[in-house]
Amino acid sequence: MSARDDIFANIRRSLGVNGSETIRRQIVEDRLERAPKGVIPKRGQVSGEERLALFKTMVETSLATVTEVSSPAEVPQAIALFLRNHNLPATLRMGEDLRLKAMPWSDTSLEITYGPSEGRDLNAVSHAFGGIAESGTLALVSGPENPSTLNFLPDNHIIVVSAKDIASDYESVWNRVRFAYGKGSMPRTVNWITGPSRSGDIEQTLLLGAHGPRRLHVVVVCD
Amino acid sequence: MSPPPNSKPRVGLFVTCLVDLMRPSVGFAAVKLLEDAGCIVEAPVQTCCGQPAYNSGDRGTTRDLAMRLIDTFHGFDYVVAPSGSCAGMIKAHYPELFEEDPNWRAKADALAAKTFELTSFLVDVLGVTSVEATFDGAVTYHDSCSGLRELGLKSQPRRLLASVEGLTLVEMNDSDVCCGFGGTFAVKYSDISGAIVDAKAKNIEAAQAPTLLAGDLGCLMNMAGKLSRDGKPVQVRHVAEVLAGMTEEPPIGAARAEASSKGRS
Amino acid sequence: MTVHSTSPQFKQNAARALKDGQLQKALGNVKQGFIDKRRMAADKLPEFESLRDSARDIKNHTLEHLDLYLEAYEEKVQASGGHVHFARDAQEARDIILAICREAGAKTVTKGKSMISEEIEINRHLEANGIRPVETDLGEYIIQLRGELPSHIIAPAVHLNATQVEQDFRRVHTHLDAKRDLSEPVQLLTEARAVLRERFLAADVGITGANFLVAETGTSIIVTNEGNGDLTQILPKTHIVLASIEKIVPTLEDASQLLRVLARSATGQEISVYTTFSTGPRRSADADGPENYHVVLIDNGRSSMLGTSFEEMLRCIRCGACMNHCPVYHAVGGHAYGWVYPGPMGAVLTPSLIGVDQAGHLPNASTFCGRCESVCPVRIPLPKLMRHWREREFERHLTPATVRSGLRFWGFFAKRPALYRLATRAAMATLGFMGRQRGRFTWLPLAKGWTKYRDFPAPQGETFQARWQRERKGRAA
Repeated sequence: MSARDDIFANIRRSLGVNGSETIRRQIVEDRLERAPKGVIPKRGQVSGEERLALFKTMVETSLATVTEVSSPAEVPQAIALFLRNHNLPATLRMGEDLRLKAMPWSDTSLEITYGPSEGRDLNAVSHAFGGIAESGTLALVSGPENPSTLNFLPDNHIIVVSAKDIASDYESVWNRVRFAYGKGSMPRTVNWITGPSRSGDIEQTLLLGAHGPRRLHVVVVCD
Repeated sequence: MSPPPNSKPRVGLFVTCLVDLMRPSVGFAAVKLLEDAGCIVEAPVQTCCGQPAYNSGDRGTTRDLAMRLIDTFHGFDYVVAPSGSCAGMIKAHYPELFEEDPNWRAKADALAAKTFELTSFLVDVLGVTSVEATFDGAVTYHDSCSGLRELGLKSQPRRLLASVEGLTLVEMNDSDVCCGFGGTFAVKYSDISGAIVDAKAKNIEAAQAPTLLAGDLGCLMNMAGKLSRDGKPVQVRHVAEVLAGMTEEPPIGAARAEASSKGRS
Repeated sequence: MTVHSTSPQFKQNAARALKDGQLQKALGNVKQGFIDKRRMAADKLPEFESLRDSARDIKNHTLEHLDLYLEAYEEKVQASGGHVHFARDAQEARDIILAICREAGAKTVTKGKSMISEEIEINRHLEANGIRPVETDLGEYIIQLRGELPSHIIAPAVHLNATQVEQDFRRVHTHLDAKRDLSEPVQLLTEARAVLRERFLAADVGITGANFLVAETGTSIIVTNEGNGDLTQILPKTHIVLASIEKIVPTLEDASQLLRVLARSATGQEISVYTTFSTGPRRSADADGPENYHVVLIDNGRSSMLGTSFEEMLRCIRCGACMNHCPVYHAVGGHAYGWVYPGPMGAVLTPSLIGVDQAGHLPNASTFCGRCESVCPVRIPLPKLMRHWREREFERHLTPATVRSGLRFWGFFAKRPALYRLATRAAMATLGFMGRQRGRFTWLPLAKGWTKYRDFPAPQGETFQARWQRERKGRAA
């Protein structure tokens, strides 16, 4: 018997089932289909300005920084300012995201490079798929638009998110992922990012910048 | 379950083996508190709830003892024990012991429903809000694990202590952390138990109250034994003794004859 | 299967740990840090307790339908271009992993933190076959340098102090300036970051564990704060996910419920910094990510726990809250437990996985204080399960003879109230008289364990029942 068959047989023996029970199959299919939500904290169940304010507070709680601009055209200046304020070089890597590419980078003196990171970039910008107000989390999806390596290799990561994409809770983001990719399908990677990289492994002292970015800066576009 | 109105509740006192053997004054303090609260108290002939066997994995002996205890106490309106651990054994674990025996399960459930730890019975069942007692000085209180986590005992003893004239309660750090007793654990894993009670003793000492109280004699003997071994002058008593105003007996582990204690070697 | 465990020597391990000054100092960090942070995180979320119920129910539901959810998961992984392998035990898992690494021509394998990889001792196996495994979680990296097992399931190096880490870095990172300053923890972190960055970029295969597997989508989820798990899985050409079969949850919604209790219970964070949902290998248009995606599903004893009282243990989501709140863990640390899983969860799980004859001490070394159960995010009744192990040991006559005879002696009297009264009356009168002057005993026959660390308070002398009979005879209503 193959390992697979053996394991299934043992599971079924232990559970006292044979695997072909219609009711059990129905229950499982139904749950996979309906994906019931469970308990959703009230905290995030706010809208408009209140949701944006919660999101920003939670982003800051996660030790990231956040700034708000009123149109995509203002994003490059905001990023240039962030880099300048932290004495960081005026370089920036990004993927093929059309929203980012359409921004007026030539208004700044930033030197822009494109494509995934190979580990030598100091700064990168990604466009988020969405935000989650409940915990100040950014949701990013992999693809040529926003390569996953940009989320982890650079020292300083900047994430742009549209205010209208900031949801109350994780579940709302899953609904959008299903809408975009089809029920039951996923992009290769969905990254939830909540603050900069950190470790507490040495004497349980919190230190930022373990393997991922030392700084995370969020730019919210409120257009 | 509640007794008919205008009649005094008949309470069976489950004195617990440690109180029976080591410190009967705690049992008499419990009797006084219950009688003051309007109960008729009886103490039928009894031995042990079976917890040592239960926690050693000996279900057979545990069941034998549980059946005996259920028979002994089934006729009372309530069963009250001056111990969160032993009351917890009856309340939280007896039903589970008879999972596969519907007849005994029903009896165990019935007993569990009417069994209470002393301070919880006074406060939660009888609605007692104050006691008539005086105690001069500061005390600190240790929350024994079973009472705290199996029976939700936390506010009840504190509420009653607040009504004792002259008494102030000083909370220690980590009052809800185990003292390291754990029944046979204290003997089987004495090195670890010793380390845990050492941490507890440091918290007790840091609270700087001259008296330590708790609701379980096992924990009290453990802490009192540690404090006296380390030469710490903290007096240790069961909370019932203070609530009943019955503190004539020397504290746990203290000499009975003051004069002769000088001659100790 | 040969398992390298010192669990049978738990008592000796514990005694050594109690005398280890460095360890005792480091353990102080567990007591202070984790407990307060968890409490604050729980207090900040009014729904926390109902989320715990929800988490428990999701896991119970999944376990009851585990065969079907595994089938659904397998199908989805394959549909997304990934491979699923099943391993009955550690040896099969090792063989599968080695074969994948060989196929990838791997020389260096980076690893994210994974307890199941410790359980199957994969590092030892890879090294024996000429492949270099590199742990990338900072704590795991440190203990790998020291040749140790993790002493905690989420903080593997919690038993160490910064000065010890500094010594290890100086010993191993010999290519760096010997005079460099490493006196601050942040300098240690920076050095590890630089050293490991090169390993990440050079690795041929990345191995991660999985916090959850999602049946709905064929997704594996990892949770880290460092980002090491992500660098492990997106940079090499091949990503291998190791997971035990009970990591399955039905849907993304179910995973989200569990994620809401995981970080709060573990580190007191709202959510960990990086929660990563991976589904299959890189897509045709992708600019990065692994080209091969393998999942190794490992049973190693789990399927036999289903349908027994230990099934509840399979709800465990490895947050570490039980050990963070355990007075025994606080006293002796994780290594004393002698195998991969320490603390209360280890005391229940270890006997299931390596045998109660090996790990019999673990479920006994508990005061049953119940603090672990009170913080468990999936409400596993850990003390009850430890007691079940004690029952099995008693049934199988694995309980020490002294304990058995002691119980028999005590049980004999406890079942005979009249004899009990007579015997205890005499015994307590004697003890009471003997202890009268000092009120306590510093030594008693048969009570050496007790009197080694504390006095034994003397009884008052007369038993309650004797006095009650004397004073109240005929008075009781």
